[in-house]
Amino acid sequence: MTLTSLGMSAIYILLTISIVVAVGFFIAFVIAVRNGQFDDDYTPSVRMLFEDELVKDNQEQTNKTKKSN
Amino acid sequence: MEQHNCFHCGDVCNSEQITYDEKLFCCNGCKTVYEIFSENDLTCYYDLQSSPGSAPKEIQGKYDFLAQEKIIEKLTEFNDGHIQIATLYIPHIHCSSCIWILENLNKLNSNITSSQVNFGKKNVRITYNTEKFSLKEAVLLLSAIGYEPYISLEDFKTGKENINRTLIYKLGVAGFAFGNVMFLSFPEYFKGGEFWLEQYKHVFRWLMFAFSLPVVFYAGRDYFTSAYKGLRAGILNIDVPIALGLVVLFVRSTFEIVLNIGAGFFDSLTGLVFFLLLGRFFQQRTYSFLSFERDYKSYFPIAITKIENGIEAPIQVYDIEKGDRLLIRNEELIPVDGILINGRAKIDYSFVTGESEAISKNSGDKLFAGGKQTSGVIEMEALKSVEQSYLTQLWSNDVFNKNKEDSFTTLTNTISKRFTIAVLSIAFISTAYWLLVDASKAMNVFTAVLIIACPCAIALSAPFTLGNLLRIFGKLKFYLKNASVIEQLAAIDTVIFDKTGTITSNKQSTATYDGAILSSSEEIQLKNTLRGSNHPLSRTLYDILDEHNIITLNHFEEHLGKGIESKHQNDTMKIGSASFVGFNQETTLLNTTVHITSNDEYKGKYTFYNSYRKGLSKLFNKLKTDYDLVILSGDNAGEMENLKKLLPSKTKLIFNQKPDDKLEYIKYHQSEGAKVLMIGDGLNDAGALAQSDVGIAISENVNVFSPACDAILDANKFNYLYQYIKASKQAIKIIKWSFLLSFFYNIIGLYFAVTGQLEPVIAAILMPLSSISIVIFTTVATNFIGRKLE
Repeated sequence: MTLTSLGMSAIYILLTISIVVAVGFFIAFVIAVRNGQFDDDYTPSVRMLFEDELVKDNQEQTNKTKKSN
Repeated sequence: MEQHNCFHCGDVCNSEQITYDEKLFCCNGCKTVYEIFSENDLTCYYDLQSSPGSAPKEIQGKYDFLAQEKIIEKLTEFNDGHIQIATLYIPHIHCSSCIWILENLNKLNSNITSSQVNFGKKNVRITYNTEKFSLKEAVLLLSAIGYEPYISLEDFKTGKENINRTLIYKLGVAGFAFGNVMFLSFPEYFKGGEFWLEQYKHVFRWLMFAFSLPVVFYAGRDYFTSAYKGLRAGILNIDVPIALGLVVLFVRSTFEIVLNIGAGFFDSLTGLVFFLLLGRFFQQRTYSFLSFERDYKSYFPIAITKIENGIEAPIQVYDIEKGDRLLIRNEELIPVDGILINGRAKIDYSFVTGESEAISKNSGDKLFAGGKQTSGVIEMEALKSVEQSYLTQLWSNDVFNKNKEDSFTTLTNTISKRFTIAVLSIAFISTAYWLLVDASKAMNVFTAVLIIACPCAIALSAPFTLGNLLRIFGKLKFYLKNASVIEQLAAIDTVIFDKTGTITSNKQSTATYDGAILSSSEEIQLKNTLRGSNHPLSRTLYDILDEHNIITLNHFEEHLGKGIESKHQNDTMKIGSASFVGFNQETTLLNTTVHITSNDEYKGKYTFYNSYRKGLSKLFNKLKTDYDLVILSGDNAGEMENLKKLLPSKTKLIFNQKPDDKLEYIKYHQSEGAKVLMIGDGLNDAGALAQSDVGIAISENVNVFSPACDAILDANKFNYLYQYIKASKQAIKIIKWSFLLSFFYNIIGLYFAVTGQLEPVIAAILMPLSSISIVIFTTVATNFIGRKLE
């Protein structure tokens, strides 16, 4: 009987963890959509490449120009 | 002669060349922009893409209205007195350099805290400090670097538009539930009767039930409402069998787990909704930077200059009242009907009437809204308010409120009617059979038929085929409003063209010379005389004539509305209208002509013709076998003979058509059963474009105005029209083939269902398999069509 109860609790714990993780990702997705991350799916791909250009160009300047949003 | 291109904008440097910093510029404007960038360490702009810029335009006074609080309030999305956020539409955004420079605006002016570009929508969202900076200065800064924002009356509206993200949420919910349910139902696929799984299957099943709730009640809600609406209207649309399938899936699965007879079909249920939404998502993505719903509002300015007691002040165009005195600058639009008070008006109505040439008006003449002033400053008195003006009234016609999609039955819905009836018959017949043989299985069979026949694959065929072709067309500069336009395009049988701006090119016209041959010295003098004149005809003629040396004229005089007079050494030359040069013989009235005399001796005349788009007669010859062809022109019949020569003899040519006439013409033919494709370009075609089954607007520059339409076609791709229509027809064939493919899957599924042996695992395999193979088939097939188009 002890074995059964041990197995039971293990499955419950595992299920809970897996669902909590899944729901966590789901919430992250909802927040991302709400913040507008899915509104523009092209510009970020181009913007990503600029940062390197900036570093190369303005070596003397500290690279502070990255946008935070 | 070697051609030099401007370092900034890439245009060919013609008359003037400016060299600065070892780089060549076509004008001072371009040079200034370069200077601004190099001073601020932003020359990286030119490294990302060569010659990415555009020459800044003269904008003096144009944006004075942006100083008004009321207008700022409407244009900004956030304003707390210190910080303002405004989103500006900039048509010039076209490459990575544009994104880079616009996101580095803070280096040009420290009051701008941040700026973010949305490339797809061609806009930039600027956050700035209002203490030392203003919206007007931001716009001026953008204009100074060649990125002039386009601000129209359309931006002037209360309330910010809400971005509709429901589909993404729904897709997320369905995908999330689908993944988890698949994962939870995995043990059920192995009928082992294993101890641990037997023990806990209830937990797993109830969890699956919980995950399917948001899918049925949130993500899949649209299918229920659409099916309900369809049934109420007496139409068996594709959503009816889908909704039926969803309901049966959910109810039967819930019963199974409540009564503990099985695991249910939650995996198929969530997967089905997920795939369906994916198809919808795929089809919905269109061109956010283009607007297909444009009316006069996107063509009109927000504000115009009003003169009151000698003081010029900007006034919002909605506030213009009868009797107001308005100042219209060069290149500005006349917002209301009125009377010209003073100034030389040369109004370009091409966008409203389709008439290609600017019309001169004298003080006292009536001016209509929608015309563009093209020479200098004029003053006018308003006779009507904006809403009552002629052009605006055009929009009160009912066609503009009609939704074409509603009146069109798509291929999918046509087939779904028969499909639904067939599925229901199969379900009832097999249930009746089982009631006689083994009544305990009857309910099982009935639900199984409805579940397996849920037309997921059929519902996906059209969205993926059309959605993919829509994208392929987009790459080839043929932008469709939505996917159903392709279906309608495949069905048309009559093609109607507008003339001016549609089959003719706005940019060039040609001229032929008729008369005594000019000597070389006369030719030189002619070319140099034309050089000094800014009249559109002079410019056209100047461009047509061969290159000659530049000489200095002793005398040059332009007689407005008449012609030009010049003197070189002892030779005088007159170029202009027949009366101006003293030529009194009868002239052909319809075509525009310019007459020339040298030393008072009549030489001859240049007759101007529209220049037709490349490949015009080829296109018409291809189209003539399958379609009725018509030309509906707002212009006079001057080009009749010319067109007759160019076009197949069966083409109907109809001239002097007012916007309303065009609309009525199409309406009449539609009532006779014709499916009409209208191709036009200006506001004068707006009614016709809206009335037709498919309205395509031709545009030299897709970013600037085009009237409300179903599709926008880049003028350079005009001669591809036939191929585009052909590709649409092929797309319909692909859809039909994929219908066949999904019937095949349905028959396999129905075999299991009717014989009463449908296991959840079969449904779970068959459903995604059929959907995915349909997606693959349609994508490969449409890409094949696309490759042939290129």
